[in-house]
Amino acid sequence: MLRVLTPLLALALGAMLVPAAGLAQGGPLRIEIDEGVIEPLPFAVPDFVAENAAAAEFARNIARVVAADLAGTGLFREIPAEAHLARVTNFASPVQYSDWKAINAQALITGAVSVDGNGRLNVKFRLFDIYSEAPLGDGLQFGGSAANWRRVAHKVADQVYARITGEGGYFDSRVVFVAETGPKNARQKRLAIMDYDGANVQYLTDAASIVLAPRFSPTGDRVLYTSYESGFPRIYVLDLATGGRRGLDDQPGSMTFAPRFAPDGRRVVFSLAQGGNTDLYELDLGSGRRTRLTSAPSIETAPSYSPDGRQIVFESDRSGVPQIYVMPASGGEARRISFGQGRYGTPVWSPRGDYIAFTKQHQGRFHIGVMRTDGSEERLLTASFLDEGPSWAPNGRVIMFTRESAGAEGAPALFSVDITGRNLRRVPVQGSASDPSWSPLLP
Amino acid sequence: MTPISKTLMVVAALAVAGCSNPDRFGSGSGAGMGAGGSGFGMDGVASDPRSVAYFNQTVGDRVLFAVDQSTLSDTARATLDGQARWLMDNPEYSATIEGHADEQGTREYNLALGARRANAVQEYLVSRGVSSARLRTVSYGKERPIEICSNEACYSQNRRSVTVLAAGAGV
Repeated sequence: MLRVLTPLLALALGAMLVPAAGLAQGGPLRIEIDEGVIEPLPFAVPDFVAENAAAAEFARNIARVVAADLAGTGLFREIPAEAHLARVTNFASPVQYSDWKAINAQALITGAVSVDGNGRLNVKFRLFDIYSEAPLGDGLQFGGSAANWRRVAHKVADQVYARITGEGGYFDSRVVFVAETGPKNARQKRLAIMDYDGANVQYLTDAASIVLAPRFSPTGDRVLYTSYESGFPRIYVLDLATGGRRGLDDQPGSMTFAPRFAPDGRRVVFSLAQGGNTDLYELDLGSGRRTRLTSAPSIETAPSYSPDGRQIVFESDRSGVPQIYVMPASGGEARRISFGQGRYGTPVWSPRGDYIAFTKQHQGRFHIGVMRTDGSEERLLTASFLDEGPSWAPNGRVIMFTRESAGAEGAPALFSVDITGRNLRRVPVQGSASDPSWSPLLP
Repeated sequence: MTPISKTLMVVAALAVAGCSNPDRFGSGSGAGMGAGGSGFGMDGVASDPRSVAYFNQTVGDRVLFAVDQSTLSDTARATLDGQARWLMDNPEYSATIEGHADEQGTREYNLALGARRANAVQEYLVSRGVSSARLRTVSYGKERPIEICSNEACYSQNRRSVTVLAAGAGV
């Protein structure tokens, strides 16, 4: 696994040990995500320096992934290598700021890679604020197996992103989703997992049964999902390390779906339909004890815990059309928080606790939106024939969701958008895909 | 049709039903008995009133619903009256009632809506004398549309329940 090694303190450059966030707030190299960025910040990432022959390919590829991560946020713009005046051939050499200033780079990322005899990578990097002519934060080094070179690159990019935006990173993360093939009336669905950027897709189930809506555990080690393998929708939990899985709440005559972990990872909230009525239940994974949380003739579904585990936001049509409600995690009186026109569904509490993402259906269009946890400041981020199922990036600043195109040839794809509504982009997954669930930041 | 060939056909239908995948939409299962399929071969022929094909096509294996609704229209009730009579006359069959929704709506809500629709059909059939032990319900939400266009012509066909017969008197 990867781990952060000792910072490369003051290596050659006499960098001052200033906390990254503090330095960023004072200097010009700062992006405020909440304000929305009109002009992306120009940066340069020359190929990392290969410190031995075995590292040559990694040195180039890691720099490319770092650049793709940063440019993919829409907050940064890469100045391509052809425009560079300087070449970085020695990680320890002083940076010629004027060379980078001349091409209007505001941030410079340099790095070096070596591979030891056991196939382990060692990657060092530094971030420079060109206009301040100073490093931004300490140099760091990461170790990892060569097979995990993309993760090392994502960790470097997460550091850069965090130092410049002041937000947590999200590149070293994964997404579970449903890979879809076949025509619209006979879709084959398989659970799959990939890196956040669409790389390294692996399938977790075969296509023998319909599977729906996988959800990561808070530690990223398990996945909840719904499968029809018994002939009826039922919730299952899959252990990613062992591949082992087990059905939860196997009650004849009922259907279970829309599961989600509590922040402690020990409880699951889900929908159970019995006799045509759908309510919310909590299951204690250790004891198997099931607790009914709602008891209404209306539909209660799509529950999601607040990050402190004390509240649950969910969707209910008790008012006549689906709206969003919040109740104590133990059940009890719910208060409605969505009051705009249209139908609201699939609310998901941000991991930072500040927003609730949702699906909205209004006048024949679907939207992904965010609102404050009291329902105020509703903001629609997308609009299309069919957008649904938002999932938060680990830093709570980006949302991934399903967008399905219309018509007989219609097919779903994964898209992401940031919480200002900017940087809408398709996640590059081969084939059709739906129901993304973003993992926490990997350890 | 001679009595002998009729017997053979019932046997064939029972044999097919006995080996079907629990998820009739799973990749291994092929078309189920109630998929509104050929009406020929394993389902028997529609001219035989005791055949699955007759139930699917002549009685009608499905009823349709209005947007977001699970109430039964007069047309739906008439179809279900026929289903109930057929099930009473053919006690060797049980049925799974599938609830389906159109694609306008979230996946989770549509699953719950499909459960409502399937239950409405089940309750009606029970009210007409069919033993509840012979009926099960399942919701497919919007996962299995029968028509694939994205307008009301297709949506109206997809907002449905389908009564799928299986061999065996109960569950």
